Amino acid sequence: MELLYASCVGLLVSCGVFLILRSRTFPIVLGLTMFSYAVNLFLFSSGRLSINNAAVLGYSTEYADPLPQALVLTAIVIGFAMTAFVVILAIRGRTDLGTDHVDGQLADKNSDNNKKVKV
Amino acid sequence: MTLLWIPLLSLLGSIISSTTGKLTRNQSTGLTLLMPVIALLMTISLAPAVFSGEVIRETISWIPLLGINIAFRLDGLALLFVFMILGIGILVIFYARYYLSSNDSMPKLYAYLMLFMTAMLGIVMSNNIIQLWFFWELTSISSFLLISYWWHKPDARKGAIMALTVTGGGGLALLAGLLLLGNIVGSYDLDVILASKEIIQGHAWYEITLILVLLGAFTKSAQFPFHFWLPHAMAAPTPVSAYLHSATMVKAGIFLLARFYPALAGTDIWFILVSLTGLSTLLFGAYVALFKHDLKGLLAYSTISHLGLITLLFGLDTKLAAVAAIFHIINHAIFKASLFMATGIIDHETGTRDMRKLNGMWRFMPYTATLAMVAAAAMAGVPLLNGFLSKEMFFAETLHQQLLGSMSWLIPVLATIAGALAVAYSARFIHDVFFNGDPIDLPKQPSEPPRYMRVPIEILVALCLVVGIFPNFIVDDVLKAASFAVLGGYVPEFEVALWHGFNLPLLMSAIAVIGGLLLYTQRRYLFQFQASLPSLNAKKTFDESIYRITKWCQRKISDSENGSLQRYLMLMFVFVLLFAGWPLFEMNQLGGQKQLTPIDVHNAMGAALLMVGTISTVIWYRARVVSLLMLSVVGLMVSVVFTRFSAPDLALTQLTVEVVTIILLMLALFFLPQHSPKESSSVRVVRDIAISAGLGIVVASICYALITRPLESISAFFLANAKTGGGGTNVVNVILVDFRGFDTLGEICVLGIAALGIYKLLVNLPLVIPASDSEGRPWAKERYPILLASISQSLLPLALMVSFYIFLRGHNLPGGGFIAGLVTAVAFILQYIAHGSSWIVARLTINYRKIIASGIAIALFTGVGSWFFGRPFMTTWFEYFDIPFIGEIELASALVFDVGVYITVVGATLMILASLGQLANEPKEEVNT
Repeated sequence: MELLYASCVGLLVSCGVFLILRSRTFPIVLGLTMFSYAVNLFLFSSGRLSINNAAVLGYSTEYADPLPQALVLTAIVIGFAMTAFVVILAIRGRTDLGTDHVDGQLADKNSDNNKKVKV
Repeated sequence: MTLLWIPLLSLLGSIISSTTGKLTRNQSTGLTLLMPVIALLMTISLAPAVFSGEVIRETISWIPLLGINIAFRLDGLALLFVFMILGIGILVIFYARYYLSSNDSMPKLYAYLMLFMTAMLGIVMSNNIIQLWFFWELTSISSFLLISYWWHKPDARKGAIMALTVTGGGGLALLAGLLLLGNIVGSYDLDVILASKEIIQGHAWYEITLILVLLGAFTKSAQFPFHFWLPHAMAAPTPVSAYLHSATMVKAGIFLLARFYPALAGTDIWFILVSLTGLSTLLFGAYVALFKHDLKGLLAYSTISHLGLITLLFGLDTKLAAVAAIFHIINHAIFKASLFMATGIIDHETGTRDMRKLNGMWRFMPYTATLAMVAAAAMAGVPLLNGFLSKEMFFAETLHQQLLGSMSWLIPVLATIAGALAVAYSARFIHDVFFNGDPIDLPKQPSEPPRYMRVPIEILVALCLVVGIFPNFIVDDVLKAASFAVLGGYVPEFEVALWHGFNLPLLMSAIAVIGGLLLYTQRRYLFQFQASLPSLNAKKTFDESIYRITKWCQRKISDSENGSLQRYLMLMFVFVLLFAGWPLFEMNQLGGQKQLTPIDVHNAMGAALLMVGTISTVIWYRARVVSLLMLSVVGLMVSVVFTRFSAPDLALTQLTVEVVTIILLMLALFFLPQHSPKESSSVRVVRDIAISAGLGIVVASICYALITRPLESISAFFLANAKTGGGGTNVVNVILVDFRGFDTLGEICVLGIAALGIYKLLVNLPLVIPASDSEGRPWAKERYPILLASISQSLLPLALMVSFYIFLRGHNLPGGGFIAGLVTAVAFILQYIAHGSSWIVARLTINYRKIIASGIAIALFTGVGSWFFGRPFMTTWFEYFDIPFIGEIELASALVFDVGVYITVVGATLMILASLGQLANEPKEEVNT
């Protein structure tokens, strides 16, 4: 099961990174969201995997590590705030630049004013 | 504390003189002179102790852990330099009072001069090499200010930049060298370093250390091929040149050679590098000086040549050579300062420095001419003057060495040639300027300068004579003390005397004088020959090479930094991949000792769903709505994972956040294009897949390695103390609001800041709202479905009650402020979706910013509250109460803190979504972008 868990985290990282490397803002936001899932799962797993051992005193004999859970809990909420910030930044960027390309390239490829950026 | 006061007084003087702008010139000069005169008197009072062989030290601890102290020391060598720096400095300040025109700011020049003086004093008196380097750099910077004093002249600016570039670059090399030196010896203390000759020279780093230190010294003292900055520094006012190029700036490099002579010299590489550099500089400078038409240009190259001579002496393999070098340092400072000052007078009185125009000045200023001629004769090495004595010693020393093996006879021959050249250019200085016919087209009618302008020159020329005739009387003590310091204890018996009898050095001197005069009389042929050579313009070459270096850097920078964020991200990921991946290859075994748990059906199913969702998100990423839906599957599965692996709090948080995130992204899609165009080339896609796959593998491997190893956690403490110390059984929540409450406070602040940032970004945003979707279909007329509207209304109180319940039980069971806040926010957002924000705004006027602020304030004051009970910030208090009809209830201050968290979360979440949703409600534009 550890292997399966690690593979899932790895897959989330791969797909997240791939999306982050795209050129338009929206896929990047998706990628960041996915990447933060991966990070949260990774951090969470540093307390090791255990089943039916929630860290609520009196409900079981052994307890899962509560510390990573507390850290990840706030990470989830802050992750949301950051995602929201990036989303708004993307909207603002699109409004100001007229394009949702991360490098500010206009969609119109034929335009000569379009600054060609080597990527 | 006397030692510390010497540089400190000079620094004080710099500050004082910068404030004398409103005073008369005499007052300003007088005030400025005060500090260096006091410093000079203090130095004189210390001199007898130093002459008797004592080394005076003063140390103030600064960073004892790193061995960095503020440390000063005064030995013979330092004393000699302090005398020169202060003595000539005082004369220069006095001289500058008459030199500067009324348009020039005197306080500015004085302030820079005194700053420079401070830096020089710091160099020669430092007992810590890092501190020495600091002052070294300070000389570069203050000399930059001095050279560019006439900042409106392009020559001055360029000359200053050139000097700064060359000496600053050398300074960096010196720093590297000194750091290596400190590492070899294990201390930055000069005393320790000077006593560690064997350790340093036996070390593998010796050669590189030596080369770096020498680079610093050679650039500073304008040794060939780094000499070219010095002639361009002549754009400075003449008093500055007189100071910088006689006793100070360029002598700092020489000082460095002398300072580290006990520790670094004595090896073959030292002799080869130092003597050959010195020899080539000596010859080159003397030769070029002959052809300069500008008086200051002649003096500049003559300075280069004499610096080469001193360097060569330090490079010769005899102890007496070092003594001769020190002697020549003194003599050169004296006659060169006076010559520069005389040149300044000529320039001041005639308006030109061009020797082709200046002729026959003898008739106009006989007194100045006499002084200048004596000084120039000293430069040429004419008997009865100080220059003769040290030149004689130099000639003698060139005869006693085996540096070039069987070709060693070349050195005295070349030295004699250089001597002849020096005689020739000195003769030119005298004859061309003061005799040789009548002046041609002078801008001013020449006359004698103001009486007191000559005083500094008179003093210096008198010194030339006194030293030249009675050497033992004046310089014996200081020369012996300085030699004692340079040679590290043992000083050979030597006698500085005018007459040593008829010997080889005297013959060399005679040849030099006669040859030099011959050279000068036949100079026409030499000038013709020189004119036929291709001219090498150092300034142009320098400018071009600087230009080329800048261009090259710009190209390199734009190659890697082309403004493409996409590319930066890619590069960053590649580096993460390299640095995170590399250690994995050095691990023997990935898996740990922990027993693996078997995969059951539920987990397999969940994992499969998660993977399918993830991959689908990527596959359909261009169809944005589809990929968003797929992403929500992933988010849901993540919360299921948390549920499965004993983290109910996380699962609840993830679930609610997921809802909010997806709604937010849906809203965002309204303002963003609904499709991503196909842009990436196949090559790029393959490259990105490779990078992301690599990163995924690395992270998965690390994750696997981590979770298969046994856990050593500090959480046992939290589990043991949650109930007794924090009063709750839900350990995760107790950690959040109690044990790590301070972290949580920080985190809700971040949340609030993010929300405020978003608010700010959206204010006054001129959004163009599409009238139709990307397919061209207009939006539905019925914007708020009636079914959702009626259900959501009845759901609201229910949802609020649930969130209240979750909040209250949070301390003991899964729940708490974060989750409850999110649930409340979702309940309100549902109202927004069902009715539109204008409907809400009409019924509920809430200022979310104030809500966020009050949430953070509540949390903060709960923390502060514990101060009133004499406890540290955020100590939790709790008590159980028995309330009739309800039963036993626990009240804890942590609960109040959680209220703050709750309010902040609600405020921030709603503000983010409501501000965005508000925009969608504003009047539509008719354009579809």
